[in-house]
Amino acid sequence: MGDIIVIEDLVKTFDGKTAVDRLNLRIREGELFGFLGPNGAGKTTTVRCVATLTNFDSGTITVDGYDLVKNPREAKERMGVIQQQVSLDKDLTIRENMISHAMYHMMGRAERDEKIRELSDFFGLEEYLDRPVDSLSGGWKKRAAIVCAMLHNPKVLFLDEPTSGLDINARRLLWDVVRRLHAGGTTIVLTTHYIEEAEALCDRVGIIDHGRIIALDTPQRLCESVGSVAVEYMEDARTRYRYFGTREEANAFAAGINTGVDVTIRRTNLEDVFVELTGKSVGGQK
Amino acid sequence: MSNLLRQIYYVAWGDMMFMRHNFLNILIMSIMSPILYLIAFGFGLRTGTTDIGVSYVSFVIPGIVALSSLNSSFSSTSTRMNVQRLYYRSFDEMMMCPLSLHAIVWGKCMLGLVRGLIACFILYALGLGLGAARIGGMELELTPMFVVCTVLSCIVFSFLGMAAALLAKSHQSMATFNSLIILPMTFLCGTFFSVSALHPVFQTVLYCLPLTYSSELIRSAALPDFLEFDWLCLVGLILWGVAFYAIDYWLLKTRKV
Repeated sequence: MGDIIVIEDLVKTFDGKTAVDRLNLRIREGELFGFLGPNGAGKTTTVRCVATLTNFDSGTITVDGYDLVKNPREAKERMGVIQQQVSLDKDLTIRENMISHAMYHMMGRAERDEKIRELSDFFGLEEYLDRPVDSLSGGWKKRAAIVCAMLHNPKVLFLDEPTSGLDINARRLLWDVVRRLHAGGTTIVLTTHYIEEAEALCDRVGIIDHGRIIALDTPQRLCESVGSVAVEYMEDARTRYRYFGTREEANAFAAGINTGVDVTIRRTNLEDVFVELTGKSVGGQK
Repeated sequence: MSNLLRQIYYVAWGDMMFMRHNFLNILIMSIMSPILYLIAFGFGLRTGTTDIGVSYVSFVIPGIVALSSLNSSFSSTSTRMNVQRLYYRSFDEMMMCPLSLHAIVWGKCMLGLVRGLIACFILYALGLGLGAARIGGMELELTPMFVVCTVLSCIVFSFLGMAAALLAKSHQSMATFNSLIILPMTFLCGTFFSVSALHPVFQTVLYCLPLTYSSELIRSAALPDFLEFDWLCLVGLILWGVAFYAIDYWLLKTRKV
């Protein structure tokens, strides 16, 4: 499989402040790629640039071989975007929102009716189709937004913080939806600041900080890069973390820690990787 | 061309559905203030004949039609777009789709055009009937040029509404725009009096505002037996329309929204 999204030297500034700083990224066709980073790291700005919602200062973006600046129409036809905030028209019903989206993509009536029926069935939305948007809970609104974004059969689907603000049940339902779409062959780009979401779903993860990709690999390899076993212990009233390549090394280190101190030995996770690389927690605090 | 028209229809479809869901509400809102103006200024305030030889009520009705085109077209386009852009974020969805920007500008102005026309023609029909009853005869006419000028006026003010909505950073800034630009235009731009009666300096100032062209133009089209058709105002209003359209297109093109 080739690269379906190629971003080269992307720069975006807002009032002199650099939000995306010479970002380079290649996303392979069919993969589920996670963009991980703290608030304000540049994830959403990058997605907005790719989605053509924001102009960028310099660099190039191609989607399925089409340059976003030279061939925006062709590039847009290949993308579907679900924004962080559900962006349905609340003055219309769910069905009317779907019809609108299909029309924006120039779909004929028969094709769009068939697609709405098929996707509503897939996502269990049939009984909600003629209801106003605001009568649905957050999780169902997200599903409806995903259907809207999927109507024109996009090759790439961007999900910007899809589970932000959802309760645990809704989040798990949405994870299942993402997995099903991925299994169907859709390339998915997921931005999130939930570590467990990236670990649970993504084939590869790019960690972004200050507008630059600082690490890019599979979740497992990223964990191995700092040490696949973590030792967590208290020292001077603060929790300390040390990482080791093997459990034996970790055990040996733990044995040397003063008795009476709580010590936890566990597998390294992406949050550990993130803190090691950025010096920040995923929420953004030092 | 047919592809562009199809795209315009697709862009406008959601707004037409919105209008269908809220038709009565929209209708009442569209005609309430023009009817109040008509009663207060047309029938309540003044009687007698103006310097062009028509009754004041026949003079003021075309001005109130121009005013209605401003109020209805501007507010329906700007309010809906403001909500879609800043609160629902559904305007972003459209911008991510492979639509021509020309289609987006025209399509998003269709709600304003339709609402403006409904308000203007209901008001004009009332004005014709009530005016005729009051003065015992017909001075106003429903000419083809009156229809053309009213449509043009609604389009121009829809484009202005779109520009205002695209520039607005919040609901508050829309209210500020209304207070500083729309409200003064309502009362000053030849809707209730003849601009030519003012000092030349004030005339120059008022001809810097689009509603003056609309009022003069619609009045000249509605009173063909008393006034020559104002071709200069027609050109002036078209130029305003082109300017507002260009601003809308540029704002969308440069994503300064």
